[in-house]
Amino acid sequence: MALQATEAAVAAADTEAAPRRDRLRFLRNGKTLVGLAILGVFVLLGIFGELLAPYDPSARGDQLMASPSWDHPFGTTQTGQDIFSQILVGTRGVLVVGFVAAVLATVLGVLIGVTAGYLGGFGDDALSSLSNIFLVIPGLPLIIIITSFLPETSDLTIAAVIGLTSWAWGARVLRAQTLSLRNRDYVQAARATGESTWRIIVFELLPNLTPVIASGFIGTVIFAVLSNITLAFIGIADISEWNWGTVLFWAQSNQALAQDAWWWFVPAGLCIALLGTALALINFGIDEFINPRLRNDKADRAVRMRVGFTPVLRAERAAATASATASAAAPVATVPAPAEPPEPAAASDGPTRKDDPA
Amino acid sequence: MRYLLQRLGFYLFTAWAAITINFFIPRLMPGDPVQALITRYQGQLDSKAIDSLRTLFGLDNESSIWVQYLDYWGNLFRGDLGTSFTYFPTGVSDIIGQSLPWTLGLMGLTTVISFLLGTGIGIYAGWRRGSWLDNMLPVTTFLSAIPYFWLGLIAIALFAVQWSVFPASGGYDNSLVPAFDWPFISSTIYHGTLPALTIVVSAIAGWILGMRNMMVSVTAEDYVLVAQAKGLPERRVMFSYAARNAILPSISNFALSLGFIVGGTLLVEMVFSYPGIGYILFQGVGAKDYPLMQGVFLIITLAVLAANLVADLIYLLLDPRTRREA
Repeated sequence: MALQATEAAVAAADTEAAPRRDRLRFLRNGKTLVGLAILGVFVLLGIFGELLAPYDPSARGDQLMASPSWDHPFGTTQTGQDIFSQILVGTRGVLVVGFVAAVLATVLGVLIGVTAGYLGGFGDDALSSLSNIFLVIPGLPLIIIITSFLPETSDLTIAAVIGLTSWAWGARVLRAQTLSLRNRDYVQAARATGESTWRIIVFELLPNLTPVIASGFIGTVIFAVLSNITLAFIGIADISEWNWGTVLFWAQSNQALAQDAWWWFVPAGLCIALLGTALALINFGIDEFINPRLRNDKADRAVRMRVGFTPVLRAERAAATASATASAAAPVATVPAPAEPPEPAAASDGPTRKDDPA
Repeated sequence: MRYLLQRLGFYLFTAWAAITINFFIPRLMPGDPVQALITRYQGQLDSKAIDSLRTLFGLDNESSIWVQYLDYWGNLFRGDLGTSFTYFPTGVSDIIGQSLPWTLGLMGLTTVISFLLGTGIGIYAGWRRGSWLDNMLPVTTFLSAIPYFWLGLIAIALFAVQWSVFPASGGYDNSLVPAFDWPFISSTIYHGTLPALTIVVSAIAGWILGMRNMMVSVTAEDYVLVAQAKGLPERRVMFSYAARNAILPSISNFALSLGFIVGGTLLVEMVFSYPGIGYILFQGVGAKDYPLMQGVFLIITLAVLAANLVADLIYLLLDPRTRREA
C-alpha cells in the first residue's frame, strides 16, 4: 500500500509512465484475466441476450417438462417455456441491478467514508456511527422488509433499495484508508500550497483510494446480484421481469425438485456461481495488486522460501487483511481491516474506535 | 472496562436505531398497504387486532407521530409485536418464540462447526503457502459464490429426492410431539443434517480464505522467525505463535459478516421448510403479513447485536491489548 501510494505520488508529476505500467501489471494477473473474461461474456449476454434467445421466454410450448435437448439446451418448464431463453433474457436484469446498486453504494460510500476520514472531529463521529449502524443491521432482512412495503418492485427500485442499504462496508474501509493518507507528506504539501479541500480530496486522495474503491465496488456487485436473485426467488421482486432468480422462483413453486427436473434450477444456479466467481477473481487480482505478498506466481514458487523468511514490507500487514474476506459473496467481500494502524488489531478498528454516541 | 461500556453503549444505540427504522419504514412508504390489508381481512380481524395494527403502522391519524412512537415503544416493552394475519389470531411474539430456538440451534451449531473447520484448514493452507492447498482456493471461491438457497435446492435434489437419505423438509417427524426425549431429539438431528451441511459448505470458504491470508502475513513476522530459530517444534510455532495472532481479525470479521450469514441461513430455512425464523419470514412475505415480517426483522436484528457483543467479549479475552486501556 505504502509502496503503491508513493509510486502514485511520484507519478503525479508525470502521470503517463508509472500508472500505465501498474495497470498492465494488474491485467497480467491470471485470475483477473479469467474473471474479466467471464464477466465480459455475461455482459455480452446481457446486451444481446434478447436477440440470441431462440424462443420468447414467456411463450408456452408443446414440449412440457422436456429434459435438455438440441431444441431446448436447458430443457423446458411445466408449461413448455424454454429455460435457455429465460436465462439469456434474464442476464440483463441481474447485471443491471448488480451494477446500478453497486454504483449507488460506492458513490455513497466514497462520499461518507472519505468525508468522515478527511474531516475528523464531530462529523467523523456522526458519519462513522451511521455506517457502523448500517453494518450491524443484517442487510438482507432489511432489504426484504423495505421492498415488501413498496408498491412496485421493478429492477431499478430494487437496485435503489440495495444500493441505499449496502454502502456501509465501503464507507468504513475508505474512512480508515483516508485517515492514513490524510497526514502523508504530499497531502500536507498540497494543503500548504493552499489547495482547496475538494481539490485535495479529488486529485490527491481519490487516485490513491482507487484500488480500495474498486474492490469495494466489485464486492457490492456480488452482494447486489445475490440479494436481487434472492428477492426474486422468494417472490418479492416483480416476477414478470425475467432474471435468474425468477427462473428459480418458478422452479421452486412448481415442485421442480420433486419432479426431478434438475435442468430447471441447475443452470440458473451455475450462472450465479460463475458470475460470482468471476467477480471474486477480479477482486483477488485487485488484492494481490495492492498487497504483493498474497501473490502466488511462478517466480515466487521457484524461490520457495521457508516459512518466516519471507522479506517483510512493513506497512502491508493490514492490507493483507484487506483480502482476508475478499471471497465471501458480499460487501463482506471488502475489507473490515483498515490499512492504517500498525498492529494486527487493525481489524478491530471498529470496536476500539470511539463510536459510542451515548 | 471502558471499552466494554463503549461497545455496550454502541449496541444499545444501534438497537434503538433499528427499532426506530422499523417504526418509520411503514410510515415512509408510498401508498397504504395496511389499509388495503385491513379491508381484505375485514371480517376476520377483531377490533383489538385492528388497534394494534394502527399503532404498528401509524394509521392512527388522530394522534401525532410522537405519541405513536411512544405507543410503539410501550407495546414493545409489553412484548406485544402485533397480531399475525397468517397465524391469526396468534400474536407475533408467540410465533417468534416458538421458532426462535430452531433458528438459534441450527445457526449456532453450523457457525461453530464452519468456524472451527474453516479456520483449521485456513491455518494449514496459510502455513504451507504454495502447496497443493492453494490450488483448492478457486474451488472454495466458487462454493462461496453459490447462493445458500441454491445449494440447499441441490442438496434436496441429491440427498432427498434422488437417494432419499435425508428428509427434504421440516424440523422433525410430524408424528412426534415435541418433547425432550430421544425419539424427538434424534428426529431433530436427522432432519437438521441436510440444512446444516448446506450452511457449513457455503460458509466455510470465507473462513478458509480469511484465515489463510492472515496466516500468510503473520508467518512473515519477526517473532515467528525467532520462534523457529529457537528450534521450537513446528506445530508449536504454527499454532501458538502464528495462528494465535492471525485469528484475531478472523473473529472481528466474523462479527461483521454475521448479518450476512444470518441472511443466508434464513434462506436455507425457507428452502427446507425448517420451522425457524426464516421460514416464518417467508410465510409472512408470501401473505403480506406485515406485523409478522416486522417482528421477525426486529428479533433478527437484536439477535445479531447480541452475537456481536459476544464476539466483542471473545475478542476482549483473546487480545490483551484491548484490556490494557482499562
